[in-house]
Amino acid sequence: MLVVAAAFILPLAWVVLSSLDPKADLRVRLPDSLTLDNYDQVLTPEITFTPLLNSLLLCGGGTLLTVVCAALAAYPLSRYRSRLNRPFMLTILFATSLPITAIMVPVYALFVQVDLIDTMQGTIFFFAASQLPFAIWLMKNFMDGVPKELEEAAWTDGASSFQSLLRIVLPLMGPGVAVVTVFSFVMMWGNFFVPFMLLLTPEQMPASVSINDFFGNKGTVVYGQLAAFSILYSTPVILLYVLVSRKLGGGFALGGAVKG
Amino acid sequence: MLRALPVSPAVILLALFLAGPIGYCAYIAFTDLQLTGQAESSFVGLDNFREAFGDERFLNAVWLTLVFTFLSSIVGQNTLGLALATLMQRASKPVRTLTGAIVVTAWVLPEVVAGFLLYAFFRREGTLNAVLDFLHLPSQNWLFTLPILAVSFANVWRGTAFSMLVYSAALNEIPKEITEAAEVDGAGGWRRMWHITLPMIRRSIGTNLMLNTLQTLSVFGLIWVMTRGGPGNDSQTLPLFMYEQAFQKSMIGYGTAVALLLLLVGSLFSVVYMRLLRTEV
Repeated sequence: MLVVAAAFILPLAWVVLSSLDPKADLRVRLPDSLTLDNYDQVLTPEITFTPLLNSLLLCGGGTLLTVVCAALAAYPLSRYRSRLNRPFMLTILFATSLPITAIMVPVYALFVQVDLIDTMQGTIFFFAASQLPFAIWLMKNFMDGVPKELEEAAWTDGASSFQSLLRIVLPLMGPGVAVVTVFSFVMMWGNFFVPFMLLLTPEQMPASVSINDFFGNKGTVVYGQLAAFSILYSTPVILLYVLVSRKLGGGFALGGAVKG
Repeated sequence: MLRALPVSPAVILLALFLAGPIGYCAYIAFTDLQLTGQAESSFVGLDNFREAFGDERFLNAVWLTLVFTFLSSIVGQNTLGLALATLMQRASKPVRTLTGAIVVTAWVLPEVVAGFLLYAFFRREGTLNAVLDFLHLPSQNWLFTLPILAVSFANVWRGTAFSMLVYSAALNEIPKEITEAAEVDGAGGWRRMWHITLPMIRRSIGTNLMLNTLQTLSVFGLIWVMTRGGPGNDSQTLPLFMYEQAFQKSMIGYGTAVALLLLLVGSLFSVVYMRLLRTEV
């Protein structure tokens, strides 16, 4: 197992060491001297701040939309019986595992027609739609775990369904909401193909796409800076993951998806 | 009726941005829509599909997709994930935590970053060759000589954590008494694995294989960053082929036909996956 761990760690070691190495190349090696120059070089509005801000806007917007829509949708599915529940959940389950990559070409063509191409809001909507099936699925499963009795008490006191969802159900399933939120955010943050296709102007590019600029256009690649940027870009999602899995145990995201 | 109202925002989003494109996909796959220099597209029936199946480069992409999926998801992620999960059951806590953390980090990293790390790893002047040199083994330019193997390995590196987590969860649910009883009866490690563990987690294996395969089928960024599908077309899987036809060659209709085929294969897997989970709903 340690051999596997070693094989897994080498590429990771490269990025950490290179980011601190003034003469970084493609090989893992201990730098002769440590420096933060690489970070200094990339910490400019153009290279780091704007793309990360764009990422934050896209993924934050997308996540917010996903979580709100999923919570609203999960509520009646979890609380009321209806003939439509089962077909709806089956459709959702089916959609969770469709290869989204395959529909990017028609999405592009469609976005050109309705003038949503190269807009933040268009990309946010698509992000939200692509995460929704899984988010609804997870959310509903978590919601099923909240006992109905507490809500009934609130109803007797004259609360509406919406109030009881907001004040009772969602707070009680706090960890579940956190899982859905973090999972959606992490998925969007790392996604390359969607913004790569749907956004065109460089000023709007999120970090997943702008990282490409280190290659190609700008001549020779400065590997140290590329590594430093990779670390800056990856840190938020790793932190989020650690935070949530600390609280809920590893593999949290798989809860509803792969019970077998 | 009023009770279903809260579902509507989700339904509208899904209809407009997911079902819409899929429907549109099914439509333009049968047209000769192009990106530029064409006022109207016209319906061409099955021409795109006929062209695809007569196109050597399409068949090449299908073959590479099969190789990529088989090597990286079915053999690599699945087996390695199961092996790691099994070993972890017995490992000491520090080893378990450390290995888990490393493997999971590779999984949480953004796709593009993972691509770059593995690109650096496999390059001629990269780490893998440095290690091979150190061991006095022949080195070579992996991304050039064996690109599909390199990207498959990259996908294993990135995706194994998922299988590992699924299998760890599954193994934890096997009652201790059963394995202990088998041990008392003198069953060795391999026999216990084969006759007890595997049958008991077979549903997890099924769902995990399904999800891995679907994930792998739609990998784009990783391969794009590492090889752009090259050299030549030696690592061009279906998503990259689709992208090239639709955008670099401006044949949206043809590219979409390829996308539709990919979507159909995906749906097929998806249906099998649903059947495996059917008792859950």
